[in-house]
Amino acid sequence: MPARVITITSGKGGVGKTTTTANLAIALARCGHRVACLDADIGLRNLDVVLGLENRIAYDLVDVVEGRARLNQALIRDQRVPDLQLLPAAQSRDKTAVNEMQMVQLCGALQNDFDFILIDSPAGIEHGFRNALAPAHEAIIVTTPEVSAVRDADRIIGLIESAQKPTPRLIINRLRPLMIRHGDMLDTPDVLEVLAIDLIGIVPEDEAIVVSTNRGSPVALQEKGGASAAYMRIARRLLGEQIPFQSFDGTTSLLDRIARLLGR
Amino acid sequence: MNLMERLFGRSPSSAMVAKERLQLVLAHDRASLSPGELELLKDEIIGVISRHISIDRAHVAFTLSRGPEGTRLVADIPVLRPPSVAHEAPASTPAIRKRSRKTR
Repeated sequence: MPARVITITSGKGGVGKTTTTANLAIALARCGHRVACLDADIGLRNLDVVLGLENRIAYDLVDVVEGRARLNQALIRDQRVPDLQLLPAAQSRDKTAVNEMQMVQLCGALQNDFDFILIDSPAGIEHGFRNALAPAHEAIIVTTPEVSAVRDADRIIGLIESAQKPTPRLIINRLRPLMIRHGDMLDTPDVLEVLAIDLIGIVPEDEAIVVSTNRGSPVALQEKGGASAAYMRIARRLLGEQIPFQSFDGTTSLLDRIARLLGR
Repeated sequence: MNLMERLFGRSPSSAMVAKERLQLVLAHDRASLSPGELELLKDEIIGVISRHISIDRAHVAFTLSRGPEGTRLVADIPVLRPPSVAHEAPASTPAIRKRSRKTR
């Protein structure tokens, strides 16, 4: 069966697209699937460092598209998760170095060797985003519970639908349960009501993300942790499992739980 | 927001404010209609309607709202006098809802 091509995008920058792509790729590979991740952010390459594979780059996506390297020369195999491979973006070129047709051809060339192709989209709604979307069978929108990120997500949803792609699914990233409880952060139902698309995951704010990015060792490689577990649940939902959405109300301290009890 | 405000309900939570602002901004984004353009549209529609019936211009409300069927432009136009037979109001379009109100 040819690979499922899933583009991870957001509109707004800095909401966690690259971190999401890296962790979902690892989670899917750990479930036993062959995963290729493509960094479509040409000129602002980052997926390599988040995955900790930056020292192993020989060729990049543009080298493959322009015929200087074969796919198997450019793909980097992750030694921690053998079923995971990365096709890095070019760093010294810009987004116009590749077009939509070439991205479709690239995914076509990969589709028989993998179960999943995850594409890390650049921020914005222009050339780079269109390149990342062109080969997609599905899209995942990453947003944070903030007005600006949700607004941009809405714009991206409209663009994806007008590109005749299926309605994307949503990951709400960096959720802070305590702030929600205090009424100072948009809650999941609020975001879903506004965007009117299906949820595929909620990832709580987790300091482990910063540490893991420092080390180039994504949280999904670990067994424990709020974000790590959240990515694993998203991977399993992508595989078709019905997994209830976690309420992040019970994950805080005992004191918080007592306070909540009294508050009711 | 502090506890006192919360207890006495003085101001809505910032999350509620965020949601309301988002709904408004998205309604305008989706219709590609800025608040200024909506104001212009409102003036034109009031002009047309008031040629046929008396309306309470000060209480006309135009809002963009979102439901499961998409974005709707809802016009709430108070009518000052019940329309006479001779001044039958034109049929309302699906996008514009006309609400009559008793003589004020």
